[in-house]
Amino acid sequence: MRSSPFKVRTLAAVGCVAGLLAVGACSSSGGTSASSNSNSGTITVAVVSNPLITGQMIPLTTSNFEKKYPGIKVKFATYTEGDLRAAIEKDVSTHSNAFNVIMIGPYEAPLFAKDGWLDNLSTQYIAKDPSYDASDLLPPIAKSLSYKGGLYAVPFYGESSMLYYRKDLLKAAGITMPAHPTWAQVASYAAKLNQPGKVAGICLRGLAGWGDNMASLDTVVNTFGGEWFNQKWQPQLTSPAFEAATNFYVNLVRKYGEAGASNDSFNQLLTLYGQGKCAMWYDSTVAATSIATTYPSVFANTSYAFAPVDKTKSSGWLWTWSLGIPQGTANSGAAWKFVSWATSKNYDSLVASKYGWAAVPPGSRTSLYSNPSYQSAAKAFANITLQSIDSTDPDHPTVNPVPYVGVQFVDIPQFEVLGVQVGQQIAGAIAGTESVKQALTTSQSDASQYSPAELAGG
Amino acid sequence: MAVVETGAAPTPKVALRPRGASRREGWQRRLPLLPALIYIVIVTQIPFLVTLWYSFQNYFFDVPQPAHFTGFSNYTMAFTSAAFRGSLVRSVVMTATSVIVAMLLGVAFAVLLDRKFFGRGVVRTLIITPFLVMPAAAALVWAGPMLDPNFGLLNWLLEPFGVNHVAWLSTHALGSVIVVMIWQWTPFMTLIILAGLQSQPADTLEAAKVDGAGAFATFRELTIPHLRPYIELGILLGSIYLVNTFDQVRLMTNGGPGTSTTNLPFYLYQQVNFAFNVGGAAAAGVITVILTIIVATFALRLFARVFQFEEAGV
Repeated sequence: MRSSPFKVRTLAAVGCVAGLLAVGACSSSGGTSASSNSNSGTITVAVVSNPLITGQMIPLTTSNFEKKYPGIKVKFATYTEGDLRAAIEKDVSTHSNAFNVIMIGPYEAPLFAKDGWLDNLSTQYIAKDPSYDASDLLPPIAKSLSYKGGLYAVPFYGESSMLYYRKDLLKAAGITMPAHPTWAQVASYAAKLNQPGKVAGICLRGLAGWGDNMASLDTVVNTFGGEWFNQKWQPQLTSPAFEAATNFYVNLVRKYGEAGASNDSFNQLLTLYGQGKCAMWYDSTVAATSIATTYPSVFANTSYAFAPVDKTKSSGWLWTWSLGIPQGTANSGAAWKFVSWATSKNYDSLVASKYGWAAVPPGSRTSLYSNPSYQSAAKAFANITLQSIDSTDPDHPTVNPVPYVGVQFVDIPQFEVLGVQVGQQIAGAIAGTESVKQALTTSQSDASQYSPAELAGG
Repeated sequence: MAVVETGAAPTPKVALRPRGASRREGWQRRLPLLPALIYIVIVTQIPFLVTLWYSFQNYFFDVPQPAHFTGFSNYTMAFTSAAFRGSLVRSVVMTATSVIVAMLLGVAFAVLLDRKFFGRGVVRTLIITPFLVMPAAAALVWAGPMLDPNFGLLNWLLEPFGVNHVAWLSTHALGSVIVVMIWQWTPFMTLIILAGLQSQPADTLEAAKVDGAGAFATFRELTIPHLRPYIELGILLGSIYLVNTFDQVRLMTNGGPGTSTTNLPFYLYQQVNFAFNVGGAAAAGVITVILTIIVATFALRLFARVFQFEEAGV
């Protein structure tokens, strides 16, 4: 993998000729960004340890990005989802600026922007970088990362949630999965498909965390007509709908779910499903990309259905792992170079050339879905992913109107703590250390620590 | 503190000498110690004072407003919080169980290893190995390859006996963590007890044999009393280390499911890293220090008496 200095220099020169002048890559005094910082140096990037990042972004950074920009050295800090949130929140709120680029999502971007913790990418970078095509970003994804019309993070990939199922196992059990199943149907199928000790009827997240077990559960709560807060910002965690949804979810995973569910989230379930241990799996749409590239034999037997519903018409969540630049960070010019490289159309073709079109990070750019190569390589899941993302409505996530934005989260600063506390209680209920009722009563009292005025003030 | 005491100790001699000379001599004696003393003060006492300061502040990382003084509210919050009390109780249970069981196993292993048999050196090395493994690495190996409900070795071993896909870290979380703590600390106890056994004079054992004492009577009447200070030392050191257990909790169960394995160190970590509550965590930390000092004072006093008694007996 090592190349001689001469080669590196040639590569850089070729890169410049290829039109990178526009980015200001080749002039040492680029000065294109508003921040007074240089376009070279070491940047530290905090990322979540999901397969598209650890398996593609990190190796491609070494083999491609650092060759293209010899002056920039990228260091990655890889965390699990919950740890990433904690590390980033501590870093940006205290202005420690240990990270030059942070991986965040629709929960953090607007809140951090409001607190002045993030650079406005639209005005500070995109406006001065004509090579970056921001209008190509999927509208629901771009909207979720905006605050007062400005983009504060750009998507690496976007996702909704959907149901994965094994065609072969369902056929053997005589089940036909509708395109838009209800949760009641899914529960009855799970009962039929479950073979204890061999294949779980349905794999569901149980690991404590608002982005882990609560993301799945919240979509169930929404479609059962439950909500975190009513219009007066009073917590509704013990309401009949919330309790019915939680009971449904916990019973489903305890009866027909994978063993040890309270320790499982996306990565663990991807392994389980890939090893053929789940007949159905409800999780992020991005898993399709990893199944297609890592577990081809299971992929051949996999089909997809929209997120199961109860009282609402759709129930999928909306999330995107996106890159933002903390306000006041050093080397922000270099940071933008990395951010724009990792979220560009060129990155997609780079991944395609190395790992195939099916492996390209999905759900962030419109152009990807009109690309014939992608459509043919990922035809099994491309359209359902796009439609799932398009049918989300973070402003009206559930049956009743709610005072907050967010499908699988509540976009208020207090939720960072509250979501984890409630997630722990639910994990306890899934493990059987307490009842659903106890878990929700404790959660309700945790939520009641905040006054409605405090919550509304956000 | 220890330095102050040594300075105060030779008082009778001081009275016989001129004041100035003694003070100078005192400082001459202390001078070589000063760098170490200053270093200790900087690395231990200043952070403690800062913690004390924060414990009276309302300071949240995730709130843009600056920290402000709140009096004792962090302390009242800690004492009334069921989560704090729960983690305190869990810390005591985890430490006591693992130290006692590790000590019982340690004595058993040490007695076995004290005998001469073929391959003793190899067996001793193997027995000691768990203590040499990094706690974080051990916790990961236990959580993954050993205890995983679907792919774990333990379930694979138990499958022929009808035990199927037990999610050890969900259904027996506290037990699993304690087992790993015991596994890791039994070698330490074995080492200490083995040292004790080897220092046992052979002539007393021979005398017991001549007097017709059986193996069990010899063990109960001679070996156990001889081992007493070693056992107490093992329990003291084991407790000091194990009360701080963090790696296993963090990496095996993350304090869960629910809060069923959250001990004090992990509770403090969560307060800072996931609740961003610096003031609350500081208050809980100060309470922990005070409780530890109380327990440690009693324990040390007890052991000081025991050791004096032993010395007098010899």
